[in-house]
Amino acid sequence: MKRESIYGLMAEFKTAEELLAAAHRTQSAGYRRIDAFSPFPIEGLAEAVGFHRTRLPLVVLCAGILGGCSGFFLQYYSSAISYPINVGGRPLNSWPAFIPITFELTILFAAGAAVLGMLAMNGLPTPYHPVFNVPRFALASRDRFFLCIKARDPLFDRQKTREFLESLTAREVSEIEV
Amino acid sequence: MADSPADKLAEQALQEPILAPGHNYASVTDKISAIVLRRPPKWWILGFAVAFALVMLLLYSVTYLFVEGLGVWGIQIPVGWGFAIINFVWWIGIGHAGTLISAILLLLRQQWRTSINRFAEAMTLFAVACAGVFPLIHMGRPWLAYWLFPYPDTMKMWPNFRSPLVWDAFAVSTYATVSALFWFIGLLPDLATLRDRAKNRPAKIIYGFLAMGWRGSAVHWHRHETASLLLAGLATPLVLSVHTIVSLDFAFAIVPGWHATIFPPYFVAGAIYAGFAMVLTLSIPVRKLFGLEDFITMRHLDNMGKVLLATGLIVGYGYMMEAFMAFYSGNPYERFMIVNRMGGPYAVFYWCLVACNIVTPQFLWSRKVRSNVGALFAIAMVVNVGMWLERFVIVVTSLHRDFVPSAWGMYYPTRWDIFTFVGTIGLFLALLFLFIRFLPLISIFEMRTLVNEEEKRAAE
Repeated sequence: MKRESIYGLMAEFKTAEELLAAAHRTQSAGYRRIDAFSPFPIEGLAEAVGFHRTRLPLVVLCAGILGGCSGFFLQYYSSAISYPINVGGRPLNSWPAFIPITFELTILFAAGAAVLGMLAMNGLPTPYHPVFNVPRFALASRDRFFLCIKARDPLFDRQKTREFLESLTAREVSEIEV
Repeated sequence: MADSPADKLAEQALQEPILAPGHNYASVTDKISAIVLRRPPKWWILGFAVAFALVMLLLYSVTYLFVEGLGVWGIQIPVGWGFAIINFVWWIGIGHAGTLISAILLLLRQQWRTSINRFAEAMTLFAVACAGVFPLIHMGRPWLAYWLFPYPDTMKMWPNFRSPLVWDAFAVSTYATVSALFWFIGLLPDLATLRDRAKNRPAKIIYGFLAMGWRGSAVHWHRHETASLLLAGLATPLVLSVHTIVSLDFAFAIVPGWHATIFPPYFVAGAIYAGFAMVLTLSIPVRKLFGLEDFITMRHLDNMGKVLLATGLIVGYGYMMEAFMAFYSGNPYERFMIVNRMGGPYAVFYWCLVACNIVTPQFLWSRKVRSNVGALFAIAMVVNVGMWLERFVIVVTSLHRDFVPSAWGMYYPTRWDIFTFVGTIGLFLALLFLFIRFLPLISIFEMRTLVNEEEKRAAE
């Protein structure tokens, strides 16, 4: 396979609906390595670029359970095993009293996993990314919408893909330098 | 039939949109980011200077406290807990409104939260920071503050996990951390906007660093939204639990006036009440000074006024139940506690409290009052004071005369109590000033989503 010297091709759109429609058409044309950029989340766009389910909720649940178990174990260990203190014959494993801290640590671990998990799964921080080489891409964080077909895509061809993107009512199609 | 002025105002309030018409993605972006990217106005410099001076006062007071010891404060037997706990609970309570707006209103899909949630969440963080000062400095041996947290030590000693004070340490730490995390990931896309729009190089580099390379990719947005919803779902029970645990600091004691099961819901409602009063106190000047009336509209102020009224009614119910239960219980100590609150040495505080917290919010029943920005601001300030008085009444009147008259005494705060408190207000304001200077005070990407939804609705 010919090695492309560019990262891909970028098409700019004016509205969210145009971008969504273009992404659908790109996917139905057979392209797989596509990405879409917008200044706010657009419903259905992640599916249109081929992404389906995120594992983040599962990660958060597991972290929450881990946090809860850690919290309870910490208290149980210190109260019943490490330094048990007999206060009026009351049970050492005073689990009702252990609930608040168990709860707090569940929330803490789950929230930490939500944020760190989201960042990790998104690959952030990304100090460098080729899409920023397109001068107008700065508008992706303001009011313009972009669609990118990566050169890694098996169907990618510099000329043919450019013609395809230009047929999608894009305002401009530019090459993304690596 | 002619429309009375009140009817006209009512209609206006109902039809008032949550975003003024005529905005698009570019205009909301530019308006909000312009506040950050241009030179600060003179009033900002002046305000920050005043706040900074108060922070210096705080530093001085705390240093003097550490050098001389807790005796510089007014605490004594029987009132061993004075301004420190009052201020701690007041600040934490203020923080809760921010989380309610960010998290709970997100789960309830209330779109009117959009233009105030970033600001409110920042307020939460700074309020929790101010609150956190007090537990640290009010200890007799503050250099041993780390003993609050469990760590394996040479004596094999652990904190008393059965104590609400230790629960507090975990709850407030968790609350601060989760709020900061929630706030930060909400900021990420806006930091990217600032990175792309900043003109000078240092600004570009700093915002770029903080934005972590966010590029608005569809898949990233999907995970971001998922994470935000999950965090909102986690923060909701968290906020309820934090103030519940704070209330248990009191309720677990046997002191009359503290040992009441109504405390957890009463405190949580009071926290939301105080917090919304603070959000109103802050957002009214901010929207005026920055010309953000298009984004923080009369509908927002109206809704916040309604929340204030609702929580004020719950708090009023709490007061009445306390009084009723004190008599109904037949317990002579409980009965005396209420009689002492109403007619004892601190009675003037109790009646001011009733005037501030029960009587004043009743004005909010009137649509005319809720549409009057000046009235809302005044009522919010009164509620702020009232909620501080509530904590004063709870702490001081219950402690100063408990079971046995030989243990009775009076509590008089010293100037250092007051300086420290005013200093934390300065810290809060200074952090807020820094926030509005360097970070977008309205969530830009959520405003764009709102513009998108308004467009879609208009197209139908």
